[in-house]
Amino acid sequence: MSARDEIFASIRRSLAVGPVDAPRRDAVAARLAQAPVGIVPRRGHGEATESLATFKSEAERVQATVAEVALSSDVPAEITRYLRENNLPATLRFGDDKRLADMPWAATALEIARGPSEGDDLNAVSAAFAAVAETGTLVLVSGADNPTTLNFLPDNHFVVVFAADLVADAESVFARLKADYGAGALPRTVNFITGPSRSADIEQTLLLGAHGPRRLHIVVVAG
Amino acid sequence: MSVAATTPRFKDNVHDALHDERLQRALPHARNFMSRRADAVARLPEFDALRDSARAIKDHTLAHLDLYLEAFERKVVEAGGHVHYARDSDEAIAVILGICKACGARVVTKGKSMVSEEIGLNAALEREGITAVETDLGEYVIQLRGEAPSHIIAPAIHVTRDDIEADFRRVHRDLAPDRDLSRPEQLLSEARAILRDRFLSADVGLTGANFLVAETGTSIIVTNEGNGDLTQALPKVHVVLASLEKITPTLNDVAQILRVLARSATGQDMSVYTTLSTGPRRPRDADGPEEYHVVLLDNGRSATLGGPFADMLRCIRCGACMNHCPVYHAIGGHAYGWVYPGPMGAVLTPLLIGVAEGGQLPNASTFCGRCEAVCPMRIPLPNLMRTWREREFERRLTPPLARAALRLWAFFAKRPPLYRFAVEPAMRGLGLIGRRRGRFAWLPFAGGWTRGRDFAAPQGATFQSRWRAKSGATQ
Repeated sequence: MSARDEIFASIRRSLAVGPVDAPRRDAVAARLAQAPVGIVPRRGHGEATESLATFKSEAERVQATVAEVALSSDVPAEITRYLRENNLPATLRFGDDKRLADMPWAATALEIARGPSEGDDLNAVSAAFAAVAETGTLVLVSGADNPTTLNFLPDNHFVVVFAADLVADAESVFARLKADYGAGALPRTVNFITGPSRSADIEQTLLLGAHGPRRLHIVVVAG
Repeated sequence: MSVAATTPRFKDNVHDALHDERLQRALPHARNFMSRRADAVARLPEFDALRDSARAIKDHTLAHLDLYLEAFERKVVEAGGHVHYARDSDEAIAVILGICKACGARVVTKGKSMVSEEIGLNAALEREGITAVETDLGEYVIQLRGEAPSHIIAPAIHVTRDDIEADFRRVHRDLAPDRDLSRPEQLLSEARAILRDRFLSADVGLTGANFLVAETGTSIIVTNEGNGDLTQALPKVHVVLASLEKITPTLNDVAQILRVLARSATGQDMSVYTTLSTGPRRPRDADGPEEYHVVLLDNGRSATLGGPFADMLRCIRCGACMNHCPVYHAIGGHAYGWVYPGPMGAVLTPLLIGVAEGGQLPNASTFCGRCEAVCPMRIPLPNLMRTWREREFERRLTPPLARAALRLWAFFAKRPPLYRFAVEPAMRGLGLIGRRRGRFAWLPFAGGWTRGRDFAAPQGATFQSRWRAKSGATQ
């Protein structure tokens, strides 16, 4: 008997069930199809302005910084400002995301690189698939548009959130993923990111920038 | 073969831990978790309702585990991944070695995985000439020290900053010997730089999983450092090693459990990185692994379903029980002698390595009940420990003198009038003898107690006699 068969037999023996048990199969199929939503905290919910305020305060609570700009075309200037004020090199890498590519980078003095990171980039910008007000969380999906390596290898990570993509809770993110990728399917990687990387492994002292970015700067585009 | 347990020598381990000055200097850090959890819980009014929800999800899943496993497997294959089943540690190791050899792997980076500790993976890889690199900062430190984790989410909590500095100076020989490592930030930067090279040169990345999602065939890791993500995003092959009970039906179910996980563990609302991985990289992807394997380990879990310890399979490995355990606070994790310490370890260890080996752990409890009070999955840990004690007694693993004493006590306890008749004069007597000092430094048959502390002298009357007197007076 293969390991697989024996494990399934052992589970069914312990549960005192047979392999063909229509009511059990129906219960499982129903749950997988319906994916019921459980208890959702009130915290992330409210009018758009309220949600944005919650997102901002929750993100800042976990040591991210948040800036709001009116238009997509304001993003390069905001990133340039942040780099300058923090004495960081004027370099930036991003993927194929059209919304990012269409921004007026030429108007800045930034040295732009494109594509996934090989580990020697200091700064990168990604566009978020969504953002979650309840916990100040960013959601990024893998692909050529926003390569996953950009979320982890650079020291300073910028993430652009379009206000329309700000949702109340993780359940709303899953609903959007289902709408975009189909039921029961996901992109290779979905990253929920809540603040910059950290570790408390040395005597429980909180230190930022363990293996991932030391700084996480979120730029929310209102329009 | 799993890691050798020193659990049968538990009492000696405890003695050593209590007299280990370095350990006792490090252990107070474990108490920080308590106020952090309390603060996070206070900020979320729905927390207790979410615990009930999380518990119900896991109970439902475990009752249908075979079917959810089938669904999960189907989805992983649909997404281009592979699912492997392992009945025990040896099989899991064989599968992982097979994957490593097939791609000619020489270096395996590892995200934090307690199941990999359970099966003794690092030693098995090293035996085959494959270098295993732990990348979680705490795990990296203990790997340098040749130790096992002493806590399931803070593996190096028994190590002080001074120890880490000494270890780094001993191992990182290529760096300037006079470099300044006095601040924790400097230690972190050094580890970050060294591990960055390892991430980029690894052939296989191995992670654990906090959840395996049946709806989508997804594995999920929850971390703070980002090491798990670099582990799985950079090498050509991503291997997920997880035990069966990590299966969760849907993403919405995961959202419920996530809300209690980080709060219970570190007092965060969300850990920094919650990462969903489904299959290998897609044709248009710019990065990500080319192969995706999930190794599902049983190791006795399937036999635990439906039995007296089935509640333990709800455990999500948050560590809240040990963070709130007075025994863990006093002795740390290594004294437990195997992979899982604290109250969850006291229940799980006898299940995984047998009651003959692990049976002493359930005795290391004051039954204060704090573990159950904070458990996000509402696992009745004290009750499960009590069940192990009964098993140990039934199987005659308890020492003869203790068995005789328990029988004697049981004889009286089952006969209340006789109990009162015997106990009341004894308490009066002890009360009289101990009246002057209020305590005893020595008592017959109680050397084990009085060697370490005094025994408080009874005040003379028993609770029952005082209760009778009190209710008589008020009626």
